[in-house]
Amino acid sequence: MERVRGPRSARRALGRLLEAVLASRAEANAVFDILAVLQSEDPEEIQDAVRACSRLFGALLERGELFVGQLPPEETVMAGSQGATRKYKVWMRHRYQSCCNRLAELLAHPSFQVKELALSTLMKFVQLEGAHPLEKPKWEGSYLFPRQLFKAVVDGLLSLEEDCSLLLSQFCQYLEHDDVRYHAMQAAADTVARVANAHPEVPLTFWNNVFTLLSAVSLPRQESDIANFYVQHAELSDKWKVTHLKEHRKAFQLMWLGFLKHKLPLSLYKKVLVIMHESILPHLAQPSLMIDFLTRAYDIGGAISLLALNGLFILIHEHNLEYPDFYRKLYGLDPSVFHVKYRARFFHLADLFLSSPICPPYLGAAFAKRLARLALTAPPELLMALPFICKPAAPTTRPGRVLGHRPRGPELDADPYDPDEEDPAQSRALESSLWELQALQRHYHPEVSKAASVINQALSVPEASIAPLLELTAFEIFERDLKKKGPEAVPLEFIPAQGLLGRREDLCAQHFTLS
Amino acid sequence: MGKARATGARPKAPGAPAGARGGRARPNPNPFEVKVNRQKFQVLGRKTRHDVGLPGVSRARAIQKRTQTLLKEYKERDKSNVFIDKRFGEYNSHISAEEKMMRRFALEQQRQHEKRNIYNLNEDEELTHFGQSLADIEKLNDIVDSDSDTEERGVLSAELTAAHFGGGAFPHEKPSQQPGPEAARPRSHKELIEELIAKSKQEKRERQAQREDALELTEKLDRDWREIQSLLSRRAPQAQSRHQEKPQPDAYDRAVRELGFEMKAQPSDRMKTEEELAKEEQERLRRLEAERVRRMLGTSEDQDSKGPAHVSADDLNDGFVLDKDDRRLLSYKDGKMNVQEAQSGEASNGGDEEEEEDEEEEEEEGEEDAEDSGGSDSHSDLECGVESEEESEQPEQEPRPPPRGRSAGRGQDARDAARTELPYTFALPSPLEDLKSLLAERPEKPVEEQLLVVERIQKCHHPLAVGNKAKLEKLFGFLLEYVGELATEDPPDLRVIDKLVVPLYNLCQMFPESASESVRFVLRDAMHEMEGTIEAKGRAAFPGLDVLIYLKIAGMLFPTSDLWHPVVTPALVCLSQLLTKCPVLSLPDVVKGLFVCCVFLDYVSLSQRFIPELVNFLLGILYIATPNQPGPGYTLVHPFRPLGRNSELLVVSDEGDAATWRRRSLSLHWASARHAQTETEANHTRLSCLAVCLALVKRCVLLYGALPAFHDITRPLRALLAQHLAGSSHPHELQELCRSALADMEAQERRYQPLVCERSKPVPLKLFTPRLVKVLEFGRKQGSTKEEQERKRLIHKHRREFKGAVREIRKDNQFLARMQLSEIMERDAERKRKVKQLFNSLAEQEGEWKALKRKKFKK
Repeated sequence: MERVRGPRSARRALGRLLEAVLASRAEANAVFDILAVLQSEDPEEIQDAVRACSRLFGALLERGELFVGQLPPEETVMAGSQGATRKYKVWMRHRYQSCCNRLAELLAHPSFQVKELALSTLMKFVQLEGAHPLEKPKWEGSYLFPRQLFKAVVDGLLSLEEDCSLLLSQFCQYLEHDDVRYHAMQAAADTVARVANAHPEVPLTFWNNVFTLLSAVSLPRQESDIANFYVQHAELSDKWKVTHLKEHRKAFQLMWLGFLKHKLPLSLYKKVLVIMHESILPHLAQPSLMIDFLTRAYDIGGAISLLALNGLFILIHEHNLEYPDFYRKLYGLDPSVFHVKYRARFFHLADLFLSSPICPPYLGAAFAKRLARLALTAPPELLMALPFICKPAAPTTRPGRVLGHRPRGPELDADPYDPDEEDPAQSRALESSLWELQALQRHYHPEVSKAASVINQALSVPEASIAPLLELTAFEIFERDLKKKGPEAVPLEFIPAQGLLGRREDLCAQHFTLS
Repeated sequence: MGKARATGARPKAPGAPAGARGGRARPNPNPFEVKVNRQKFQVLGRKTRHDVGLPGVSRARAIQKRTQTLLKEYKERDKSNVFIDKRFGEYNSHISAEEKMMRRFALEQQRQHEKRNIYNLNEDEELTHFGQSLADIEKLNDIVDSDSDTEERGVLSAELTAAHFGGGAFPHEKPSQQPGPEAARPRSHKELIEELIAKSKQEKRERQAQREDALELTEKLDRDWREIQSLLSRRAPQAQSRHQEKPQPDAYDRAVRELGFEMKAQPSDRMKTEEELAKEEQERLRRLEAERVRRMLGTSEDQDSKGPAHVSADDLNDGFVLDKDDRRLLSYKDGKMNVQEAQSGEASNGGDEEEEEDEEEEEEEGEEDAEDSGGSDSHSDLECGVESEEESEQPEQEPRPPPRGRSAGRGQDARDAARTELPYTFALPSPLEDLKSLLAERPEKPVEEQLLVVERIQKCHHPLAVGNKAKLEKLFGFLLEYVGELATEDPPDLRVIDKLVVPLYNLCQMFPESASESVRFVLRDAMHEMEGTIEAKGRAAFPGLDVLIYLKIAGMLFPTSDLWHPVVTPALVCLSQLLTKCPVLSLPDVVKGLFVCCVFLDYVSLSQRFIPELVNFLLGILYIATPNQPGPGYTLVHPFRPLGRNSELLVVSDEGDAATWRRRSLSLHWASARHAQTETEANHTRLSCLAVCLALVKRCVLLYGALPAFHDITRPLRALLAQHLAGSSHPHELQELCRSALADMEAQERRYQPLVCERSKPVPLKLFTPRLVKVLEFGRKQGSTKEEQERKRLIHKHRREFKGAVREIRKDNQFLARMQLSEIMERDAERKRKVKQLFNSLAEQEGEWKALKRKKFKK
C-alpha cells in the first residue's frame, strides 16, 4: 500500500524499515520487506533497495551481527534449542546470503545503472567481508578472502548472453588492487573451465567478455609493487600466496593458458595476438608454454599467422626457444601480407632478419627474392620501404650475396628461382638476380623508382630506419605529393585536348564511348 | 764598444725626455739602467719581447702612477667631501666626446631659451653667426672689406698669429723654435711683415685683374648677342608677312601634308607561308617533345651537359655529396629547372634561354589561340575594347586562319541562330550557381550555345585588363566544378563535358598555376572522401563518374609522362588507390575499374612505367569472369577475393546471349547506370568488359615486354588465361583475343641478364697534402683539438693575469707601507725637531737665567 504513493515515499518507507532493523533486533523481520523490494520490476525501486541493503548489511557486517563459520541450514537452527542470539545471527546470515544472490542476479539486469550499483555494492561487501571474515581462520593469521562471494561476482561479469564490456571496464578499477587481481585471475580461470566443460558450443559473447577481462589484467613488474590491497589487513604475512609476484604470475599463466587452450573464434585470435608481445609474454612464468597456441595460430593463415610469427620471434629472441621451422614458416607467408593491417610488423621482422650478420646467405637471398616477387603486386606505400629491406641481401660486400651484382654471369633464359618451393634452401635464389626490383625502377611513382634504384649502387647506403616508411599509408603519400611544391611553373601538356576521351589512339577512346 | 755607444749617446741626452715621451723611438738609455735577459739558445723565428728591460724606468713609472692614484686615495681616505663633476655626461662612457659636446650645447641652448619672464616678449634667443652675435655684427657697420675678409678668414698659420699677436716680443726665440737648416738666417720682424703685406697686395691685384677680365668678356658677349638679336628680330616679322602672302592650301595639299606627317607604318614581318608555318609548328612540337622526354627521364640532360664532376682532393669518395646535388635530381623534373642549372655550361646556357623564350612564346600563342578560338565572329564583340586593341596591335595575326575557329565553326548554323538571341557580353559569374544558371538556364540549350557562352565570357575578360586575370582564373575552377556536377547527373551529360574540355584546356594554358591548384583541390576532395569511408568501413566503393572524369581531364591538361609533376603524381596515387581499395561489387564497378585502367595506361603510355596494381586488377577482372575454381600459379590480391558473392560477376552462362554478342565500345553511361538493364544487355556488357580487359592485357604485354621481370609479372595472368581458354564457352572473338594475348606473352623473349651494380667511378688518388694547423701559441699546448687549445689558452691567460694582479696588489701594499713609513719618519723627525727646539729654548732660558743669576752674585 505504501508503494502506490510514489518513489519518494517508498524511499522514505525503506529508510524507516532500515532504521528499525538496525535499531532493534525485534524488528528484524522488516528485512523481508526490503528484500522484497529487491525483486521489483522498476529499476528505480531496485536501486533504492540495493542502497538500503548495502547500508543495512554493511552496518551488520561491521557490527559482527552475522554468523561466523560454516553456515548450518536455517530450519535446523530454528528448530534447535540454541540461544536466541545465535538464532538471530544465523537467520540474518541467511538473509545476507539471499541478498548477495539477488545482487549477483542483478548483474544481468537490463538497466546499466542497476548493474553498476549492484557491482559496486557487491564489491563493498567483498571488502567488508574481507575485513570481518565470515569464516573461521584455520590457523592464527591465515589469509582470508571472501572467495565464494567474489567468484559469484566474476561469474556474473562473464555473462554468456550479453556483452558486458561496459561493466567490465567498471570492474577494471578494482583490478588495480593486487588481491582482487589475484583472485579475479583464479576465478576467471575457474569460470572459463566450467563454462567450456558445460557447453559444447560456447557463444562468442562469452569469449569476448573473458578476453575483455583477461586483457585488462596487467601484472606489476616488480615484487615490491605488491602492496596495494583492497581488503585492509593489519599486517601482511610472508606466508600468504597473494603477496608473491611469483604466485601472481602462476595464476596469470594458468588463466591465459586455460583460456587459450579452447577453440577460440578467429577474431579473438587476432586480438590476443596483437597484445601478445606486450602484455602477455613478459608476465608469464614460463613463456615457452605459449608455443602451442602460437603454432596453432600460425596454421590459421593470413594475418593471424603473421601475428603468431611475431610472438614466436619474441620467444626465440628473448626466451631462447628452439624453433627450427621458424624461417621456413616466415618464408611461407602468402602474398596477402602486403595488404593486411599488421604488415609493418612483418617487415620489421624481415628487416631484422635480413640485416643480421649471421643470417646465412641462402636464406637472405631467398627472402629477398620472395619479397621482390611479392613487390610485383604491392601498392606503392609498401614499395617505398621494400627495396631497403631487400637491399641487405644484395650487396657485394659479403661473399655469397650476389643478388644485386653478378659480373661475368652467363645470360639466362629463365629465372632459376623457384617461387613454389617451400624450403628456402631449395629455392635456388642464390643463382638468381633481383630483376623484379629492376622492373620496379620503372614504377610510375618517382619515389618508388628512386628507392628501387638502391640495388644499382655498389656501396651500401647508410642504414636508415625504415619504420617511418612502413607506417606510411597511401593517403599520406597522396597528401605529401600534393604538398610538395615544384620549384618552377607547372609544366603543361602541349598537345591540345580535343575531347573527353582524348585522341583516337588513346585507350579510352578505343574502348569507351560517350553515348 | 759599449763605451763608444755611450759616449755617442751622451750629447743627445738632454733632448731625451721630450723624445721618450713622444713616441716609440727611444733614445739609448743609461747602460747601467739596462737589464739584459740573456738567452741560452738562439731559436730561429722566435720573437723575443723581453730581451732588454729597463727596471729603473719601469719602476719609476709604476711609482709615479701609484703616487697619482693610490697615494691620492690614501691621502683622501678620511675626507668625506668629494669633488663631483656635474657637467652633463661627464662620467658616461657610452656617449662619444662629440656627442657629449652636442648634448651639452643643446642643454645650454635650452636653458637659455627658457624665458625667464613670460611677459618679456623681446627676450629671444640670440642669433649668432660663426659664434658671433648677429646683433653685434649689425652694430659694427664698418666691417673689414669683404674680399680681404673672406680671403683671410680661417687661415690661421703659426706665422700669422706670431706676426699679429705679440710674436714680435720675442724675436729671438723663433729660430730656436723653428728647427731646420733654413732657419739659419734669422729674419727680422719687420721683414716678415713686409713680406706678408707684399704677398697680400699681389693677390689682391691678381684678383682685380681677373674680375676685369670677366667683366670684359661679359660685355663682349652682350654685344654679340645684341647683334644676333637684331638679326632674329628682323627675320620674324618677315616670315609672318610671307605667310600672309602665301595662298591658302587646298584640300588636296592638306591631305598630302597630313599624310606626310602621319606616323609611318613600320615595315612588318613578312607574312609566313603555309609551309613555313607548318615547319615552325613542327619545330615547336619537336622541341616540346624533347623537353617532355627530358622531364620524363628526370635526370638525363643533367648528366649529359655536365662534364666529369669535380672531385675535391679531400673527397673521401664515400658517396657523400652536398644536399643540393642530391636534390637536383628531383627538382629537375620540373619544367624550367634548367634555368637554375645554367652554370653547368655555356652551351646549355644558350639552349636554356632559348627554351625559356620558347616557353614564353608558347604561352603567348596559347593566349592568342584562346582569343582566336572565337575568331570568325570576333568583330561582333566590339564591346570589349581590349580585344580590338589587341588585334590592331598584331595585324599579322589577322589573316591566319584561327586553328580552333573551324572546329568551333561546325555548328555555324546553330550559332547564327543563337547569336540572334544571346547577349554578347557576360559578366563573369561569381559563384558557381550563377555560371550554372547561365549555362543551363534552359535545359534544351544546345551544347554549342553553352560553349559560346563560355567563349564570350572568356573574351570579355581579356587577361590584359586589370582584374580580369583573377576572374578568369576563377572561371577555370567553376568550369571544373560544373563538369563534376554534369557528371553526377543522371544520366551524365557527357557530350557537354566533352565540349567543355577544350575551353578548360585553353584556360589551363593561360593560368597553369591556378588551374593546377583547382585540379589538385578536386582530387584532394575525392581522396578525402574515400579515405573517410575507408577509415569508417575498411573499404570504399568506387567513386562517382565525376572523379574518374576529373582524373581523365587532369591527364589531358598536364603532361603525364613527367617523372614528377605537382598534379599528375597525386593523380597517379589516386588512380592506384581506386584500383587497390575499392572492391568490385557490381557491373558498373567493373566498367569504372576498366575506365580507371584505361586512364592509368594512357597516363603511362609515353613514359612506359610499371603499374603493379593495374596488373592485379586485370587479373581480378579475368578471375571474376571465370567460374570459381582456384587454380595454381596465381593468387588474388586485395580488392578481389577468391570466393564470395561477387567472385563470378562476369560469368555469362546464357549461350544465346553469348552468341548474339557483338564487340563494341563500352559506354561511360554504364558506369553510372542506375537504370536496370535487361539480362541480355547485362550479359553483353559483361562480354564487352571482358573484351576490354583482354585488350588491356595485350596492351600491358606490349608495354612491359621489355622489362626483365616480364614473365614474373605476367605469370598469374598467363596461368589464368590458359585456364580461361581451356574451359570457355565464350564467343569466338573473345577466344581469339585470349589466344593472341597468350601468344603475345609467350612471344616475349626470356632474357635474364644478371644484374651488375653501376660501375662506381674510379677512386681518385688521394693527395696527401699536409694538414695545416694554425699555430696559435707555442709550447705544449699543441696537438689537441681546437676547443681544448682555446680552453688551455684561456686558463693560461687567467693564471697569468691572476699572478699579475697579485703582484700588483703586493706592490701596492709595499708602496703604501713605504709611504706610511715615510710619513711616520717625517712625523718623528718633526717631533724630534720640535723637542730639540724646545730643549734649545729651555736651555737658552736656563742659560739666560743662570747668567742673570751669576750676574747678581757677582754684583
